[in-house]
Amino acid sequence: MANLRTGIAFSLIALCVVAAVFAPFLAPFDPFRGGADALLPPGSKSFILGSDHLGRDVLSELIFGARVSLAVGISAALSASVLGLVVGSLAGFFGGWVDGVLMRTSEFFQTLPRFVLALVIVAFFGSGIFKLIIVLAVLSWPPIARLVRAQILSLREATFVEAARLSGMGSLRIIAREILPNALAPVIVTGSLDIASAILLEASLSFFGLGDANLISWGGMLNVAQPYLRQAWWMAVFPGIAISLVVLSFNVLGDALNDALNPRLQETA
Amino acid sequence: MNEIILEVRQLVTEIHQRRGWLRVVDDVSFNVRRGEIVGLVGESGCGKSMTAFSLMQLFPTPAARVTSGQIQFEDRDLAKLTADEMRRVRGAQIAMIFQDPATFLDPLMTLGNQIAEPLRAHNFAGNATARTRELVAQMGLPDPELMVRRYPHQVSGGQKQRALIASAMACAPKLLIADEPTTALDVTVQAQILDLMRDLRDQTGAAILLITHDLGVIAEMCDRVYVMYAGKIVEHNTTRELFRAPRHPYTQGLLRSTVSLESASAELFAIPGTVPNLNELPTGCRFAPRCPIANAQCKQEPPFVANDASAVACWNVERAAASDIWKLEIGS
Amino acid sequence: MLQGTNLIKDFRVRLGLFRGNANLRAVDNVSIAIQPGETVALVGESGSGKSTLGRMLLGLIPQTSGALSYRGTDFSQLQGDAQRQFRADVQAVFQDTSASLNPRRRIGDNVESPLIFNRRLSAQQARSESAQLLERVGLDPKTFASRFPHQLSGGQRQRVGLARALASQPKFIVADEPVSALDVSVRAQILKLMQELQAQDQLAYLFITHDLGVARLIAKRVMVMYLGAVVEEGNAADVFARPAHPYTHALTLAAPVPDPARARPARHLMGDIPSPLAPPTGCRFHPRCPYAQAICKTEVPPVREFENGHRSACHFAEQVRAG
Repeated sequence: MANLRTGIAFSLIALCVVAAVFAPFLAPFDPFRGGADALLPPGSKSFILGSDHLGRDVLSELIFGARVSLAVGISAALSASVLGLVVGSLAGFFGGWVDGVLMRTSEFFQTLPRFVLALVIVAFFGSGIFKLIIVLAVLSWPPIARLVRAQILSLREATFVEAARLSGMGSLRIIAREILPNALAPVIVTGSLDIASAILLEASLSFFGLGDANLISWGGMLNVAQPYLRQAWWMAVFPGIAISLVVLSFNVLGDALNDALNPRLQETA
Repeated sequence: MNEIILEVRQLVTEIHQRRGWLRVVDDVSFNVRRGEIVGLVGESGCGKSMTAFSLMQLFPTPAARVTSGQIQFEDRDLAKLTADEMRRVRGAQIAMIFQDPATFLDPLMTLGNQIAEPLRAHNFAGNATARTRELVAQMGLPDPELMVRRYPHQVSGGQKQRALIASAMACAPKLLIADEPTTALDVTVQAQILDLMRDLRDQTGAAILLITHDLGVIAEMCDRVYVMYAGKIVEHNTTRELFRAPRHPYTQGLLRSTVSLESASAELFAIPGTVPNLNELPTGCRFAPRCPIANAQCKQEPPFVANDASAVACWNVERAAASDIWKLEIGS
Repeated sequence: MLQGTNLIKDFRVRLGLFRGNANLRAVDNVSIAIQPGETVALVGESGSGKSTLGRMLLGLIPQTSGALSYRGTDFSQLQGDAQRQFRADVQAVFQDTSASLNPRRRIGDNVESPLIFNRRLSAQQARSESAQLLERVGLDPKTFASRFPHQLSGGQRQRVGLARALASQPKFIVADEPVSALDVSVRAQILKLMQELQAQDQLAYLFITHDLGVARLIAKRVMVMYLGAVVEEGNAADVFARPAHPYTHALTLAAPVPDPARARPARHLMGDIPSPLAPPTGCRFHPRCPYAQAICKTEVPPVREFENGHRSACHFAEQVRAG
C-alpha cells in the first residue's frame, strides 16, 4: 500500500520533470500563440484539454507551466536548505553568542507571515522568477536551520562522536564524517516538503497576478481563468489538479525519503 | 496446595513481519496458583515479555496475535474474550507493571490521580480518595498527603515504580504481572521494590508472575520458575530444585555463567554460540547447536515436554543430570 | 601511568524557566591512579559520578579543578607526539552498543577510523588490519565488515566496540558498563574476551560498573563512589569481604544472590539516592545510613586507612568493618 502510493507519487513527479524538460517537444501547440478557437471544451479540434479565452491550448500551457512550478519549487527549497544547513551548523557548532544571534534572526523570519511578506516584496520590487525564488528561500530557511541545529546539538553528545574523538579524528573531520551525514536525512525530508510548499506559494502569488508575467505558470493560469469559470471550467480545473497532484506527490516523497533514509527501517540482512 | 488461578495451555503468539508471521511464543504452557510468585526467566528475545502481553492481550492487533492456545484465568478463557470483556479483566483482576515506570506515568497528571485511575475505570464503589491514600501508605511512600499531589518528574525512579505498583494494586487484582520491574532501578532501590512486592503478596494474597532475565531476582522472589529459550519453555521446577539441580543443559549453562559476589572467585564461564534467530530456527531442539551433549536425535526432533510438576524439554536428561556436561565442554 | 588528583567536575544545570541555573557537582575531590596492566573497578549507582570521572580520564571533558597527568605529563602540557601517543594509548568501550557506533557507517569503517587517524595507516593497511581485529574479537570479517551496526546483536556490537578500542593499540581502556546492557550468557562471553585481551596486550582497565559481582571478578582494586565522592577503596577481596563503609556494605547485601537456599539478608538501607543537585550535608550518605549519628550530619568524614591501602570515608569505619 505504502509502496504503491510512493510509486504513484514518484511517477507523477517524474512525469512533471519530463514535461518540464522536454516541453517544446511534447506540447502539441505553442502555448504562447493564441488563435481564433477560443474557449473550446476539452476534446474539440485536437485541443485535448480545451482552449482558453485567447485560443491557446490548455494542455500545452500545463506542460510549459510545469517548468515554472518545478524550477521555483526546487530552486527555492534547495537554496533554503543550503542556507538553513549553513546557519544551523554554525549555530550548533559554535554555540554561545553566535548561536544566540543566528537563532534570534531565524525566529524573526519565522514570525513574519510568509504569504503577506511575499506579496509585499513582489509588489514592491516587481515580479520575476528569480526574485520569487529568493523571496521563497529567505522565507523557508529558518525551520531547516533550527532542525539542523537541534540535530547537531544532540549528535555532538552522541557516544559515537566521542568514540570518533578517541580514534584521533580532528573536529572538522568529525563534523563532516560523523555528524553531518546523520543530520542530513531530516534536512532532505524537510527540503522535499519545502518544494511542495514553494510550489504552492508560487501558485498563490501567480493567482493574485504577482507571478512572472512573461512565463506561463499554473497559478497564472488559475488567475486568467477567474472570469471564465462559468463558460470554461477546464481553464481552472486542469491547472488546479496539476498543482494539487504535484504538491501531494512531493509530500508523499518526503515521507518515503524519511523511511528510506533511516537505516534502522531497512530490512536486516 | 493452593488452587490454580491461571492455566496457560499451548499458547502460540505470532508477530507480523515483512516475510509473514513469526512465532515468538511457541507452544508455551504454564500455571500460576493463588498467592504464588512464579518466575519466567530467559534472555532477550526468548518470548517472555510477549507471553505476558499475550495474557493481557496488550498488543496492537494487526501487528501481533495469539494464534492458538488457552489462557484459563479462574473460570474463563481469556483468549476467547472480546475486547470489551478483556478491558473489564485488565486492571481489575489482572494488573501489570513494567520495566521503565517513567514511560507509563502521564507527566501531566498527579500521582494520586494516576493511582486512582483504575478505580475510576472499574467503577470503584467506595471512597476513591481514601483508597488512594491507603495504597500510597501501603507502598511505603513517604508523606502520602504530599505524595498524591506530586507529578512524576518530582519523584525518584523508585517512587515512580511504587506509584505504578500502587495503581496496579488499586483494584486488588488476583494476579500481578511484573515485566522486569526492577531492571531500570539501582540495586539498593531494587532491593526495596522486591521487598515491597513480596509483602504485597503476603498481605493481599495476589499471585505474581515475575518476568526477568536476572537469576538473582528469581532466586530471591519466586516459588517456582519456568525457563524460556527461543520462544519455548525448556524447563520448569520449584526455584529451590531448579537452582540445586538444573536439568536442562541451557539452564545449567545459564546458572553457571551468572556472576555474583559469591561466585566471582570461580572461573568465568560462557555458553558458546548465540541464541538462534527466530527466522532460522534449527529443526530439532532449539538449543542443540550450542549444546555439548546434542546427538543426531536432538538435531532432528524437537524434544517432548511432559506437563508435570517438574519438566524438562531435553532428549538426554539422564546424561545432562549425570555429569557436569559444561565441564566437558571447557576441557575439549 | 595515568593519575588524577583532587578532581572536581561541576556541571551547570538549567532548572527551567524562572528558576535559573544550579551547579551540579558530579565529581567531588576524587584522586585516582592507574598502574600499567592493572584493572580497577569503579562501582556506584546512578548519579555517583563514575561515568563523568571516566570521561575526564579519557580527556573527553575538562576537569573543573584538580590535576590530570599521563606518564608524568600534565594533560594540558601534552602536545604533538605526546598528545598523539596519549590519544592512542587511552581508549574506551561504552555501555550502549548501538549509540557508540556510527549508525550510517559499516562495521569495517567504524573499526578503521582509529587505524587511519590514530595510527596513520594507509586505507589498504587499515582494511586488512581491521579484518584481523574483527577476527581477534571473534567476528568473521567476511560476514561482518560490510554490515551496519543495527544488523548486529548487542553482544556482537560490543565485540566491534572492543575491536575499535584495540585498533589504537592502547595501554589503558576505560570500560563504562560494557556488559550491563547484555544478556547473562553474552555478558560472560564479553567478560571472558576482555580478560583474554588484557592478558595478551597487558592492558590496564578502568571498569565502571554497578554490578559488584562483575567488579569482584574482573578487578584487583575497587573504588566505590556515592554522589560524586569515593567512599571506599582498596583491594577488591578486602573491600567486599570486610566493607569499611556502610554504603559498600549495603551494596553487598542489596544485590540478589542466585541461590534460593540462602537466607535473604536483612536490609537496613532505606530511601532513594538523593539528588546530586542538593547533596546532604556532612557525610552525604547519612540520610540512608543505619550507623548515622549526629556528627555525620555536620562533619564530612575523614578518610581512615587500614592495611593494604584499604580506605574508607566514614566516621565509624572501624565499627562497620568489625561487622
